[in-house]
Amino acid sequence: MHELPVAESILSIVLKHAEEAQATQITDLNIVIGQLASVIDDSVQFYWDILSKDTIAEGAQLHFQRVPTQMLCLDCNHAYKPADGEMACPLCDGVLIKILKGEEFYLDSIEIKTEDEE
Amino acid sequence: MTKKVSVVEKILSANDQLAVENRSRLDEAGVFAINIMASPGAGKTSLIEQTLPRLSEKFRVAVVDGDIATSIDADRASEAGALAAIQINTGGNCHLDAVMLKQALDQLDLKDFDLLLVENVGNLVCPSNFPLGTHKSILVASVPEGDDKPYKYPGMYRGVDALIINKIDLMPYIPFKMDYFRRGVEILNAGLITFPISCTTQEGVDEWINWIIENVEDK
Ligand SMILES: Nc1nc2c(ncn2[C@@H]2O[C@H](COP(=O)(O)OP(=O)(O)OP(=O)(O)O)[C@@H](O)[C@H]2O)c(=O)[nH]1
Ligand SMILES: [Mg+2]
Ligand SMILES: [Zn+2]
Repeated sequence: MHELPVAESILSIVLKHAEEAQATQITDLNIVIGQLASVIDDSVQFYWDILSKDTIAEGAQLHFQRVPTQMLCLDCNHAYKPADGEMACPLCDGVLIKILKGEEFYLDSIEIKTEDEE
Repeated sequence: MTKKVSVVEKILSANDQLAVENRSRLDEAGVFAINIMASPGAGKTSLIEQTLPRLSEKFRVAVVDGDIATSIDADRASEAGALAAIQINTGGNCHLDAVMLKQALDQLDLKDFDLLLVENVGNLVCPSNFPLGTHKSILVASVPEGDDKPYKYPGMYRGVDALIINKIDLMPYIPFKMDYFRRGVEILNAGLITFPISCTTQEGVDEWINWIIENVEDK
């Protein structure tokens, strides 16, 4: 698995955005992962804790929002979540499909602390 | 004061960026590159062994081999006629990434080659998340892996430009429902060009070779 490179990428993105926002601390990270996208598991937190040490992101909590796969049948316009081992349209058996959701893999937002304004 | 800052940035964008750089480097040198992905043992190296002697009159071919620790596959590629075979040991990593390909490109005099075959690490999950900058990426599936793989590893089938179904010589011995397999592939990657082959009997290998030749010559 590739939790380490993922944690590294997340850290560099986070630090960039935190700096722009003049953060003094980063407390939470909200990550969106589609069911079809890269399988990474919660051990990312473990790598994250090591990598983020001595940065303003130290101790930040990773939150994963998992997005179930959603397909759209282009024959009958039915949107559905595919069953295990069968992806064709459950209504018309069509195989001309558009994937609407499930391929996401991005950092959605971060929660930060800033100096209180005067 | 606590606040939420919207980011919305792809997590592996740094890799994607470097992949773009690799691509321009390959383009400048006139090298056409193919990323070959598959599960362990599907037949990536066997395919390269079948491919090299058939192309050696037409193209100058280099091979980059990703392997967790050994140089077995790079040695097999040299033996089969690769003009250069670079081994990248990923040090336990389960996939090649654009940095590793960059380091391999640094070791090659790119203008001396027309075609670069990259053997990715055997894995059906991770390599698809790390584009390398090659012009095409292909997947080698194989009959003994089972016909359910598109359903279990959809991400792998989504982004590839061609699919090889290797070890078709084993079809009589293994309950592999070709229709079920192909139906899953069609849903994930409509119209994907597919080559059923056997590296052992060499059935179907010529069609694959023609696909490469057409692609390199159209470049
Ligand atoms: N029956 C049969 N066996 C094959 C075929 N192609 C490859 N093999 C065998 O499958 C095994 C694995 O082949 P490799 O080419 O080493 O597979 P690979 O994908 O490079 O494996 P890794 O690099 O270790 O992930 C070897 O024992 C090959 O001889 C085929 O078409 N038919
Ligand atoms: Mg191999
Ligand atoms: Zn339908």
